[in-house]
Amino acid sequence: MEALTLLGWMFDGLLGLGLLWVAWRALTSPDLFRAIVLFIAFGLLMALAWVRLEAPDVALAEAAIGAGLTGALLLAAFAKLSSITASGDEKQADSARIYSHQLYWIAAVALLVAAGLGYVILSLPPYAAGLSVEVAANLQTSGVSHPVTAVLLNFRGYDTLLEMVVLLVALLGVWSLGGPAIGRGSAPGPVLDMMARVLVPLLIMVAAYLLWVGAHAPGGAFQAGAVLGAAGVLLLLADWRPRAGLMGWPLRLMLVAGPAAFVVMAALLYMVEGRLLAFPPAQAGMLILMLETAATVSIGVTLAALFLGGRPQSDKEHT
Amino acid sequence: MMLIDYLSAVLLIAGAVFFLAGTVGLLRFSDVYMRLHALTKADNVGLGLMTAGLVMQAESWAVAGKLLLIWLLVLLAGAGVAHLIASGALKRGIRVWKR
Repeated sequence: MEALTLLGWMFDGLLGLGLLWVAWRALTSPDLFRAIVLFIAFGLLMALAWVRLEAPDVALAEAAIGAGLTGALLLAAFAKLSSITASGDEKQADSARIYSHQLYWIAAVALLVAAGLGYVILSLPPYAAGLSVEVAANLQTSGVSHPVTAVLLNFRGYDTLLEMVVLLVALLGVWSLGGPAIGRGSAPGPVLDMMARVLVPLLIMVAAYLLWVGAHAPGGAFQAGAVLGAAGVLLLLADWRPRAGLMGWPLRLMLVAGPAAFVVMAALLYMVEGRLLAFPPAQAGMLILMLETAATVSIGVTLAALFLGGRPQSDKEHT
Repeated sequence: MMLIDYLSAVLLIAGAVFFLAGTVGLLRFSDVYMRLHALTKADNVGLGLMTAGLVMQAESWAVAGKLLLIWLLVLLAGAGVAHLIASGALKRGIRVWKR
């Protein structure tokens, strides 16, 4: 047993040092592409760290969103950036340079923050149950048996509501700034085509499973939505584009389904129960599943649309 | 320890050897195509041996099935991505290394 705990300590130590090292390399790399690849590696190591901390929900979210989809978004942005600034590299580099007097200020602020955080951590009690006791006590009334889902959808449902709105606002920002999306117009090749054909149905099934299992085990709307978004990214990479007729209001309807379901549910429950998102215990399980289903669709479509980059053109604009 | 434990230990260690060989190849080989060649060995055979070792310790058929599914998915993704990287490198005109 002794040897096993020692091995665990060594693994955790290597993991922690590796995280710091990869983060430093990603920040200091002058090559943007290399920095992005290091960032994806950082996300995967971070997911491993969450697994070691016995937080599988966060690990799933980190691997799917932090490493997977954010990496895909960064790579897509990099491809666009290098096609735009192929000539203006010098100017770009000059405006991004940090001068030495700025560096001192940044270092001073970072040190101050680090000292503050260190003080807070050292002044914490060595062991505290936090709110987990209260969550466990109220779990029966939440409609689900997994504490993380109970907190995210029931006890602090408005946090999730606001996260949905943040995603929507991010997409609106991209659409406002990015201009129309353009297809790559190159054939994807038989291998990518076959992969998309095999994987997309499987990914949709995994998303549905994650959504369903969220009620009593790690999983839920964000993880399921990220997997759905990954299916969308794969389809877009294989150069599949939905029909132009679907890009108008059907797309927008799917994008707002999650936030709209949350807002409508909050308003209705406010009228019935007197509090925002206060689920009646008897129907809580079903209501949460409905909310999560709408949220999953919206998250998946939003992430895929973010990967597409610009505003997709609908029928009317295709003159 | 039972016989099955020894068997899965042997499979896991054999898998780890393939991963080590793949990593050494990734670090030491001289061009992108050879490095991909080393990497897919670790992904396919190494992970396959590890999956076989873990399936023997699985508590139920459902867990064994999930492990097998993970291996098949990695096979598909690994082979597909290796092909895409290699064809991308060819398109960019990266030559095959010759002595």
